[in-house]
Formats: sequence, C-alpha cells, structure tokens
Amino acid sequence: MEVTEEGYLQDFNEWNEDIAKELAQEEGIELTDDHFKVLNFLREQYQQEANLTIRKVGKSGITDIKGFYKLFPGGPLKKASRIAGIPKPTSCV
Amino acid sequence: MENQEKNHNIKKVSVICAKGNLEDVYAALVLANGAVMDGLEAKVFFTFFGLDAVIKKRMNKLQTATVGNPALRMPNGARMPKLLGLIPGVQKMVSNMMKKQMDELDVPPVDEFLDMITAGGGEVYACKLAVDMFKVSKEDLSEHVSDILTVGEFYEKASGEDAQIIFT
Repeated sequence: MEVTEEGYLQDFNEWNEDIAKELAQEEGIELTDDHFKVLNFLREQYQQEANLTIRKVGKSGITDIKGFYKLFPGGPLKKASRIAGIPKPTSCV
Repeated sequence: MENQEKNHNIKKVSVICAKGNLEDVYAALVLANGAVMDGLEAKVFFTFFGLDAVIKKRMNKLQTATVGNPALRMPNGARMPKLLGLIPGVQKMVSNMMKKQMDELDVPPVDEFLDMITAGGGEVYACKLAVDMFKVSKEDLSEHVSDILTVGEFYEKASGEDAQIIFT
C-alpha cells in the first residue's frame, strides 16, 4: 500500500479491515469492534467532507471523548485517522 | 516515522493563563488541548484574571475587549470605531459573535473545553494567590480544577525532561 511521508494511506478506497489492522499494529493498537465503529464513523464523515475534530467524535454517540482517548491512546484523532485510511486531520481542536 | 519522532521532542506542556479576556483564555485552552490531542502531557494554570475561566459562574460569560483593542474589526473587515466599543451592550454582542464563530469551527464553550482537556488526561490548576486575592472558595471553582497550587508547586508539576512552559 502507498502511504504519505507521515504514514497516512494515499488512496482512501484502498482501505480494508486488514489494512486497518496492519496500520493499528504499527501504532501498538489491537482493533476491536469498538475501534471499527469509530473508524467507520471517521470514514463516513470524511466522505461527507466534514472537518473532523475530537469534539465531533465525542458527540457521535459512538464513544465519548474519554473513550476515544482510551481506544486510541496518545493522539486519538491522528492515530484513528491514519488507521481509518483518511488523511491527517488539519483541525486545531 | 522519523517525522513523528521529531514532533514528539516536546513531551510536556504547561500553559499559564493570567488574563480573563475571551481570546486569552481560548489561546491557553487551544494550546493545552492541542498538546493533549498530540499525546503530550498538558497542564493549565489559571492565575490573576485568568481565574475567571475556572470560576463556574463566570467561565462561560467571558468577553473580548471592545475598548483598547485596535485589532478589532467589524464583520465587513473595517476597523471598529473606537467610540462604538464604549456603548453598553456592544462588548457583549461582539463577544457573542466571536463565540458563535468559534462554535462553527467546533471550538467549544469554556466548560466543555476543560472537559475535553481533562478527558484526555490534561490537568487544570488554579493559583493560590489569585484564589486568595479574589476571595474565591474551592466550591466556586469548576470540578475540572484538580488543585489550588502555589507557584512553587506549579513549577514542580511543570518540570521534567523536554518540558515547556507557555505564558499566554
């Protein structure tokens, strides 16, 4: 798979669950169903051209902010975006 | 990967907020929350007028100064006439407009912002001197304030390898 210099997937459509697992492994994360719910939400939002923020994930009904940090420790939005195969988030919040 | 390691040279960020203007408080909160978001250890220390940001009754009513703020502009981009800022209600209206614009960018109100910072493991502190000076009690402070610290205690918390202190 082709990735950017920072390790983000080049092609959104190339993504599948196996690739997600591989990317997650690089981040030291073992993916569960709860992780995939967040990843799918991020992919949907990205397709709708939403500006992704931690707050938006917290209001998604899938997980709260605390839960998001627990699922993807040490930089949840960046890590989850990378594993979800979407570009690096550009938001300051 | 090399890039990521470079980004993480800073391991800990401590932000001091000494002013109670909307924009000064938000600068501190954005910096602290941004650190938490990037997996850094983050602490915010509210002192002097910045204490308003953690006083429950005041935290969501912060305002931006319409007097003595030469950068302030009207929605059309023209400079705001100086005398306009003196009219009662104008400062509140301008502040509400700022808050609305920030909300559109997903920047939350102060209490929710503190919620986000602490949810990610960031810590919020109030300054003992300011608490004593403004005669504020612990009950007046937001639940997100984990302690009231002296300056020495703050330095203890802020110290460490690759630690930065930012004064907004």
